[in-house]
Amino acid sequence: MKWLHKDLLDVSQLSKPEVMAIFETAGRFQELQERPVKKVPTLKGRSVVLFFAEPSTRTKTSFDVAGKRLSADTFSLAKSSSSLTKGESLKDTALTLQAMAPDAIVIRHWCSGAARFMADRLDCSVINAGDGRHAHPTQALLDSFTLHQEWGDVAGKTILILGDIAHSRVARSNVILLTRLGAKVRLCGPRTLLPPALKTWPVKVFSDLNEAVKGVDAVMCLRLQLERQKDGLLPDLREYSRTFGLGARHLERANPDVRILHPGPLNRGVEISSELADSAGSLILDQVASGVVVRMALLFLYMTRKGEE
Amino acid sequence: MAKIDLIVRRAKLGGKDVDVFVSRGKIVEVKPSAESLDAGDATVEEAFGLTLLPSLTDVHVHLREPGFEYKEDVESGLRAAAWGGFSNIMCMANTKPVNDNGSVTELMLEKARRYWPKGPRLFPIGALTKGLKGQELAPMAELAQAGCAAFSNDGVPVESTKIFRLAVEYASDWDRVVIDHCEDPYLGVGVGVNEGEVSSRLGLPGQPDVAEALQVARDVLLAEYLDLPIHLAHISCRKSADLIRYAKARGVKVTAETTPHYLTMTENILEAEATEYDALAKVNPPLRPEDDRLAMIEALNDGTIDCLATDHAPHAGHEKETEFDVAPCGITGLDTALSVTWGLVRDGVLTRETFLRAWTTAPCKVFNLPVNTFAPGDPADFFLFDEAEEWTVSPSTLHSKGKNTPLLGSVLKGRVKTHFIAGKKIV
Ligand SMILES: [Zn+2]
Repeated sequence: MKWLHKDLLDVSQLSKPEVMAIFETAGRFQELQERPVKKVPTLKGRSVVLFFAEPSTRTKTSFDVAGKRLSADTFSLAKSSSSLTKGESLKDTALTLQAMAPDAIVIRHWCSGAARFMADRLDCSVINAGDGRHAHPTQALLDSFTLHQEWGDVAGKTILILGDIAHSRVARSNVILLTRLGAKVRLCGPRTLLPPALKTWPVKVFSDLNEAVKGVDAVMCLRLQLERQKDGLLPDLREYSRTFGLGARHLERANPDVRILHPGPLNRGVEISSELADSAGSLILDQVASGVVVRMALLFLYMTRKGEE
Repeated sequence: MAKIDLIVRRAKLGGKDVDVFVSRGKIVEVKPSAESLDAGDATVEEAFGLTLLPSLTDVHVHLREPGFEYKEDVESGLRAAAWGGFSNIMCMANTKPVNDNGSVTELMLEKARRYWPKGPRLFPIGALTKGLKGQELAPMAELAQAGCAAFSNDGVPVESTKIFRLAVEYASDWDRVVIDHCEDPYLGVGVGVNEGEVSSRLGLPGQPDVAEALQVARDVLLAEYLDLPIHLAHISCRKSADLIRYAKARGVKVTAETTPHYLTMTENILEAEATEYDALAKVNPPLRPEDDRLAMIEALNDGTIDCLATDHAPHAGHEKETEFDVAPCGITGLDTALSVTWGLVRDGVLTRETFLRAWTTAPCKVFNLPVNTFAPGDPADFFLFDEAEEWTVSPSTLHSKGKNTPLLGSVLKGRVKTHFIAGKKIV
């Protein structure tokens, strides 16, 4: 497939065949993971800047490993550690990065729309690694890829996304992508942590977790930002974990083969019980492995889109 | 009869060609154009093909001087007003220092006199509370004496209902109307985008319309209880309009304004392909859904909303070209307001009468400013307008220092050619 997109800002840009192409490419890289030498020269001489204006060890490491496995040179630019970005406007950061002529920039930013802002100003590919509450396309792709690997197809499956939907870019991108792939999506969380306008979303919304889990094929737990309690959105963590924390008792009502996902890092005992996180149905570590190969596939597709063949 | 010193010839006024006779800054007579005319030694302004309109009044602008002259200053703001068709503008108190003492008011007025001695006229608005902090009343007697035409904490609305009540009462002692920026301080957290479908999709914390309407409800109840006037600034949603309609039916002395952008733009601009997350459309209160836009048009046409105001909020380019969360709120408006709202008249959305009421008679009546209805004795404040001239909104065609408008790049119709204030040509 000829890759036409310059940037990956959100999964809404991707058609189903394009998502399948990403999965197929990721699948090929997965085989590579099993070899003793895991590196290929595909992106040798290409450079990827990892610009993380919001700290994230997991996603950044995942992209770093993905880039290195493809022999790309990766450079990190963290907001806190770099004088380049201290007190500098995002526009100036964009211009400075542009002057360094990278082939791709992976951006994580605390503000919704920041990836779009960079993409409008940079010639190279911009890959959104999470912007504010807006989108986290690579996480959604790796989540779906994990389920795709597990089931062969996510179409027709019912997936519950549980927790703080309102502040979650992971939830937003997953709703779009899972729906596009033919899955049925349910949301469950306290009203204070749901987006204000869900009427037009292609989802079923539940406030009772016991109802929400009935017959589901997978539950995707979201990480609860502990400061939500300080914002007054929750009475306390104990009440939250008792009402919306996923425990073994809930799964009795789910499909017997129910799978558990979590984007990490986990608050064990808050949004998910420790036993469930480590249970046989848990795909949490598979998600981490999928993360690397999906990001390899994305770097490959976006960075070789022009000048090849 | 007074000696005529200016004659404007063959201007289009309401479908007729008229000649306007002016003496000592006042209208003497407006009558059908005469073929031959003895002008004597009066100045003659040939206006053939141009539309004659009374000058507009804008009761809500931010001029940024003192303190933020890089965004706008009195000189550049008045230039934008002059070219925009405005003879009177009222400027808000959220400067640095705040206009909460007579010397700041005097500085603004002195700058206006120095750079624009013949107008447009500047009417500063004093702060309601010292430093806009919402704690202690500003010295309104001193401010009124220095030339403040009204009082408002616009920019930092008063949180305490008790202090707000006291401010309304105290302002009435000096015959000044209080202008309230209606925003519940607790619900008004998300800034620059309406809370709803668009904010949910974009992942931006939004501001619900009830944050505005709750405060409107408070103000109309207070205005009724105190039997004192309160003017409600930049109304943006149907809920507020309904409350104001209800209040007016009860005879409450509330008046209200809305802006050209709430009549012509919606929140959807923030998710359009070319303008997604564009901070140029970040404004407070935020752009609302289409139903609210239609409600603003209805409310203006039926008189629920008394007047139009620009809420002219100039900002520097670099301040807007940044993350949406970080960018300041506001749209520059003095340059574009006339073309935009005259466009609504041309399209039959607003009647010509509504346009004239909203931009001229109503705001002047609310704040006791001079008004021109082309009656003998009215101030000779009017402009000649080429209705057909098209112009592209760009940094070079805007006279304000503020180039921050989502209209950048769009083509508007109608341009001021000449503007007279008190019979003197200012542009
Ligand atoms: Zn305001």
